[in-house]
Amino acid sequence: MTNYLYYPGCSMEGSGRSYRESLEGICEPLGITFEEINDWNCCGATEYVSLSTTPAYAMIARNLAIAAGEKKGTEPLVAACSACYLNLAKTDHYMGQQPALNARINDALGAGGLHYDPGTIKVRHLLEVILNDVGLDKVKAAVKKPLTGLKVAPYLGCMVPRPDVDGAYTNHEQPNDLDRLLRALGADVVDYPLKTECCGGHMTQVAPKVGLELIRRLVAEAEKREAVMMVTVCPMCQINIDAYQGEMNAMFHTHYKMPIVFFTQLMAVAFGVEPGKAGVGREYTNAKKTLVQALKAAPELTLAAAGVAPAARKPRPDKRALPMPRMADSEVEE
Amino acid sequence: MVVAQVSSPEVADAGARFLAEVGAKTAGVSRLEMCIQCGSCGGSCPSADAMDHTPRGLFALIRAGERDEVLHSNTPWMCLSCYHCVVRCPQDILITDVMYALKVIAEEEHTYPNNVAPDFAGVFVGQARRFGRSWEMGLTARHYLRHYILRLPRMTPMALGLFRHGRIGLLPHQIHQKKQLQAILRRADELERAR
Ligand code: SF4
Ligand code: SF4
Repeated sequence: MTNYLYYPGCSMEGSGRSYRESLEGICEPLGITFEEINDWNCCGATEYVSLSTTPAYAMIARNLAIAAGEKKGTEPLVAACSACYLNLAKTDHYMGQQPALNARINDALGAGGLHYDPGTIKVRHLLEVILNDVGLDKVKAAVKKPLTGLKVAPYLGCMVPRPDVDGAYTNHEQPNDLDRLLRALGADVVDYPLKTECCGGHMTQVAPKVGLELIRRLVAEAEKREAVMMVTVCPMCQINIDAYQGEMNAMFHTHYKMPIVFFTQLMAVAFGVEPGKAGVGREYTNAKKTLVQALKAAPELTLAAAGVAPAARKPRPDKRALPMPRMADSEVEE
Repeated sequence: MVVAQVSSPEVADAGARFLAEVGAKTAGVSRLEMCIQCGSCGGSCPSADAMDHTPRGLFALIRAGERDEVLHSNTPWMCLSCYHCVVRCPQDILITDVMYALKVIAEEEHTYPNNVAPDFAGVFVGQARRFGRSWEMGLTARHYLRHYILRLPRMTPMALGLFRHGRIGLLPHQIHQKKQLQAILRRADELERAR
């Protein structure tokens, strides 16, 4: 069992609850444990940094200071929400880059009896930890119910592959990380070129026209690519595309019904967790039916794919029964 | 339209001063003075349509010392923080963080083009400072009542749906060491004011 320090972030206890629930279901099969840091506070999302610089970064740094105090070995701090991950990673990075910012933040932290030296904590995103530390072989080995035939659009969103302050991604616009993970679960991953486009973040709250148009593009593309659901790594993306799809449909006179789930939910389900226990069904556009259908259809196909049992071949229909167009005899002679 | 022309020494001075001010306000090392006006940022920006100046255009205005025009622009407020421009900028300029810095200055001087986004940030941050956690229910309810009364009829069933699915709590979560957090933030406020 490898242990990681863990920063859940506020939405994991609210709108992103199914992310947390499903995360619980995948730790054991993957051989990892997450230890939530004590009394962590909100990272301020993209709001505080738009309002005031030093307090915004000091608030984020309080979490880094707490994590540094709790770390026993070299455990990194893992965040699952993209915005939390980026805020924590950026704060560590900029404190190291800007001595003046570092001094101000530590002066402020001192007022609460805390201190943080940049570089002490390595901040990482959950997806990257699963891919690089756990590895796809282990993921594949844990799959009990492959998601064969489930056509999914891998939607990574922006803040995980970009700006990538630690250089964890080789490709910032079309990375295939999420694709590879979902494929390891047996899913049929569609080509989704908008995979790192923005969901609009808080735009649904502050400039709805802009936000809803971004959501429309993402959902329309997923539908065009014949995905039956989108898969995300971020609670903000999830709530935007899920909860605002209705308002978006009303605005553009469309009728999309595209479910969106967290990648951990699909992992848990593939590992044999009952969908409801993995938080499936908490979406607005319910993903349960689609998922259950895919699971029902899956077993025989995968036994065949694994080489355990040969795929039962459909008997070839009698040639004479085929309604094939035939060339007229006269044409053949000519 | 304002065309940036760095011609007279006064303009050059005002430009240099404003450039330095924005650079100092940016959290990381902005490198804004290295902008070569290539336009990759505007060309990559999914929000460019909604902006009154593209990021490139805005940076030209900064260099020209057009402080007023820049601080009244909606561009930073339409920025989605998607970092497309940042990974494409040939000069490694921290464009997104520059946008944050411009919002911070506009907040301080109340020059933002409209108050919806600043209000949202203000309420979000106020709750986070008070409880140590953000509070989706309180934030959304207050924000819609204040700014989007007309969206409320559609939003109410949505909020109820979130509630039914166990995805939104009526009461905020709170941290234990609120006093410690608030002491840190008060000191941070002082330091920010003293810059
Ligand atoms: S991409 Fe970079 S160098 Fe090019 S105009 Fe934008 S900020 Fe300037
Ligand atoms: S980070 Fe902002 S300015 Fe840059 S491309 Fe995205 S929306 Fe445009």
